[in-house]
Amino acid sequence: MIRHSIGMAFIWVGIAFDFLGVLGLLRLPDVYNRLQAATKCVTFGSAGLLFGVFVLKGFTSFGFKVLLGIAFIFLTSPIAAHAIARASHRSRIPLCPESVADLYEADHELREEGAHASGQNP
Amino acid sequence: MRVVRWLVGAAVIGVLAYLNFFVFRAPLLVKLVNVILFSALLVLYRVVRGPSPADRVIAVDILGILVIGVLVLLGLHYDQGFFMDVALIWALLSFVASLAFAKILEGRRLDD
Repeated sequence: MIRHSIGMAFIWVGIAFDFLGVLGLLRLPDVYNRLQAATKCVTFGSAGLLFGVFVLKGFTSFGFKVLLGIAFIFLTSPIAAHAIARASHRSRIPLCPESVADLYEADHELREEGAHASGQNP
Repeated sequence: MRVVRWLVGAAVIGVLAYLNFFVFRAPLLVKLVNVILFSALLVLYRVVRGPSPADRVIAVDILGILVIGVLVLLGLHYDQGFFMDVALIWALLSFVASLAFAKILEGRRLDD
């Protein structure tokens, strides 16, 4: 009975996080903000949902498959998010007008200037 | 104006949640699956009308994760293990597709 309550609590929290993450994906103004909200919330939401199902099912074959799914989501989702953010910044998708700093762009320009100077000097 | 839009959105979501959880007669897990499917509908709006291609890629990635949640809940409801196999393979293919889309978006070929 306690196990059922804990599992259902995890499932409810996971579904709430899923819904809020999708709301952030709809409402935020920028690609990068949308990526941040959606990836964090949906990863935690689906992982919480899967953990709730694992608590409900226990150490059966279904439960082990669910644990495997949690490990897989935690390994792959940040990698995909990082690749998409890097690609969208490199393909010159602009930031929203309210944003105050773009440190990645500044770092990139600095590195290109350094490479240019070191190419000229010798 | 902004407050009015917020209130209208909250009222629409509240009415849909009331219809789903108190009017619709179904087991609880089916109601929870309905919530995730409604979220997937909202994500499809971002897929169709994303201003930039990166928005569509993000939305497709998130759609894959939502489908994993739907499959796990359906497997719990029907008490069948093979739904989780489908979910794992879906996660693998979604990850590979996201990486490939990111690479194409960056302007590189797939065999770089």
